Amino acid sequence: MSAPVTAADGRGVSAPLTATGGGMSAAGDLRRLVVRDLRRDMRVLDGLIVNTALPVMIMVLFVYVFGGAISTGSSGLDYVDFVVPAVLLMSGGYGAALTAVTISDDMTGGMIDRFRTLPISGWVVPAGHVVASVIRNLASSAIALAAALLLGFRPDASLTDWALVLALVTGYVLAMSALAAVWGLLVSSSQAAGAFSFVVLFLPYVSDGIVPAETMPGVLRGFADHQPLTPIIDTMRALLLDLPMGSSGAAATAWLAGIVAICVPLAALLFRRRTSAR
Amino acid sequence: MNAIHSRPFTDAIRARGLTKSFGANRVLAGVDLTVPTGSLLALLGPNGSGKTTTVRILTTLLAPDGGTATVGGHDVTRDGVAVRRMIGLTSQQATVDDLLTGRENLELFAGLYHLGRRRARRRADELLERFGLTAAAGRRAGTYSGGMRRRLDLAASMVSEPPILFLDEPTTGLDPRSRAELWSVIRELLASGTTILLTTQYLEEADQLADRVVVINGGRVVADDSPAALKRQVGAERLALRPAEPADLARAGAALPGAHPDAEAGELTLALQDPDHLRRALDQLHRAGIPVGHVELRTPTLDDVFFELTAAAA
Repeated sequence: MSAPVTAADGRGVSAPLTATGGGMSAAGDLRRLVVRDLRRDMRVLDGLIVNTALPVMIMVLFVYVFGGAISTGSSGLDYVDFVVPAVLLMSGGYGAALTAVTISDDMTGGMIDRFRTLPISGWVVPAGHVVASVIRNLASSAIALAAALLLGFRPDASLTDWALVLALVTGYVLAMSALAAVWGLLVSSSQAAGAFSFVVLFLPYVSDGIVPAETMPGVLRGFADHQPLTPIIDTMRALLLDLPMGSSGAAATAWLAGIVAICVPLAALLFRRRTSAR
Repeated sequence: MNAIHSRPFTDAIRARGLTKSFGANRVLAGVDLTVPTGSLLALLGPNGSGKTTTVRILTTLLAPDGGTATVGGHDVTRDGVAVRRMIGLTSQQATVDDLLTGRENLELFAGLYHLGRRRARRRADELLERFGLTAAAGRRAGTYSGGMRRRLDLAASMVSEPPILFLDEPTTGLDPRSRAELWSVIRELLASGTTILLTTQYLEEADQLADRVVVINGGRVVADDSPAALKRQVGAERLALRPAEPADLARAGAALPGAHPDAEAGELTLALQDPDHLRRALDQLHRAGIPVGHVELRTPTLDDVFFELTAAAA
């Protein structure tokens, strides 16, 4: 030990090594926790598979297995062009939903006690998981996109369109991660936290993403038309294929902004409640 | 050093009348304890006695229902942030990341203490060296043995060189060798001036390390003394004895002052005050004409401590 700073002099206890840096420290803490998460991701085999192989598998599955049998209805699009937006969201969304599990693991294991005795703002702990999730799942979506291009996806989009698509996917992954964080903080076990993935995995099927919503029976069609994925997918399709967008852009933005605006403060509140000394 | 930290006080930890209930379950029923600066106090008790609850209150993770406590001169309920700056905690559950290497864990926590990258790396090196983990620094914590994990956990608690350290059952589940290694690490920390509160189920551990032992049972302090005094009270060793004729058990009990006959086990136990006590006890039985069938010496267990302490109170 190079610097024994704890010698007792009978009058009192000397100060421990103290934190330096003020306002910027939260950003630094967030970065450290994000790096921790990304490191963990690279070391868990099933996580790596979810993030790299799954997007490719989903893309291949839809284009080659289901694609031949699904009609794209009145749009008259090639199936690969039709399905790409949904697969991009599925690729990022499933991993985002797993944020519930990583947060729940931290909360139910001993790790949270360690974090709570550190001089850091509590909110950086769940925020670190959410930010890491966004980075990780954007990478998954990018892999899915690369696979789509290899499988014959021919987008017709300007740089601005691509930027907007990126913003939409980021918004979706952020919204799902934040929603997952809320769920992970509400439940008391990793198993229960994992259940959220099924909801997120299931949503795209009942949207305009995989089969045209116009082909669905009444009730399902009503759900598909009014759930967030339909306007997001319709907007992405319009941007990527240079089609008319209609009102879907506004609806998609409203959905994503709404979910983020509700879930982020709610997650912070739940985290504070779970970790307050009671 | 800032003014808050230099406020003079001689007790690093001071708790008075701590109470805590979870629903109808009263876990702490008024716990008092004092840990002078630079000393080690062992909080000894069985599972469910309130040890962990006491530690969680003192480390600001849990608010007490009643009573007061100061750690490092700061009130745990009113000034939690200041308390946290003074303490390190190694809780029963592992509080290191299994997927990160030993070094990565320490660098993460050093970073979260805002030591700066280079200092964090140096600090991690120092701690790995000090806790005997240098060779395993590059391996994931998940691959560590139980003893190595506890040492890494302890190292993580020492990242900020806190003057006050809480160790919640640090050696539970460790093999004897790992336990001895951890003890020597704890002794070194104590020698460097760290104040330590340690909980344990093992009387021997308290005896090895502690300046003072607080025995807690059912959320109440049942003894607060030096290990030597406690052992005097309980007896260093216990004599377990079986008469040759089972029917002689009651008579043997009467012949030996302080013995506890146990009809069910067919034996009686006696706390030995000193080695010569054994000879005297056998002499007494001999004089009473009771042949001895089986004799055994046992180190006192926690059960014996409670038996003794509650018997003394009754």
